[in-house]
Amino acid sequence: MVLALESKLLAFSLPGTDGNTYSPDQYRQARALGVVFTCNHCPYAKAWEDRLIQLQRDFAKSGVQLLLISSNDPAKIPDDSFENMKRRSKEKAYPFPYLFDESQEVARAYGATRTPEIFLFDADHVLRYHGAPDDNFEDPAAVTQHYARDAIEALIAGRRPEPTDIKPVGCTIKWK
Amino acid sequence: MKIEFLYWEECPSHTETLARLREVLKESELDPPVERIHVETDDQAVSLKFPGSPTIRIDGADLFPVPDEMVGLTCRVYYTPEGGVTPLPTKDMIRSALTAHRIKITKGG
Repeated sequence: MVLALESKLLAFSLPGTDGNTYSPDQYRQARALGVVFTCNHCPYAKAWEDRLIQLQRDFAKSGVQLLLISSNDPAKIPDDSFENMKRRSKEKAYPFPYLFDESQEVARAYGATRTPEIFLFDADHVLRYHGAPDDNFEDPAAVTQHYARDAIEALIAGRRPEPTDIKPVGCTIKWK
Repeated sequence: MKIEFLYWEECPSHTETLARLREVLKESELDPPVERIHVETDDQAVSLKFPGSPTIRIDGADLFPVPDEMVGLTCRVYYTPEGGVTPLPTKDMIRSALTAHRIKITKGG
């Protein structure tokens, strides 16, 4: 079952593609913290990738941090191996950590099912938005509802995001 | 002409892709039947050489052939002429691919 809105952030510690280990506790000062389940191979994840990068760049100075996690089983999808995650994060110069959830325990704990799927927490690490980045994976220019961007702006302004839950659209997480 | 539409239910782009394919075929005034093939298992994906959902085949040939494509139950990656990545081909991509398969397609408004 997916993590319910207004739940507290679930702690984890995962290896990143840059050789460091990351935990949400490192971002106690963040005004908004996004845990984003994604991966290399999925066309939806690829289609939204540049928009997530832009989100991080646009809001980094406002104290917003995204943590991207791939939980896919590389035995099923070789493109999602840790080595290929390292390659992808370098190629795209990711401005956020890209973490490997090899055991898939983090994805299961959050109840994530799709890539991409966003869990956005406020400064107190309370879940305030869950779901899709926006309403058009095909064409960034045709987006009419910037769900994640609007939710981040709301949190920075001290408001509750609205809407709070938009069904994620994407590939299924590839379980072992 | 035999047209097959292979899809995996868990990948959400198949409904829209089938609608686009049917629209483009209708424009051609050929409007041949499209056989829908629901790929449900890994074994089925392997036996059908299914490179991901959705996949369109004309007389057995992939409408968007990619060499060494992996097979399995996953969403398929398509590349737009502009270099973008998308889970489903646009109508223009389908028209162009059909034309490349020597099928006369009348471009619709």
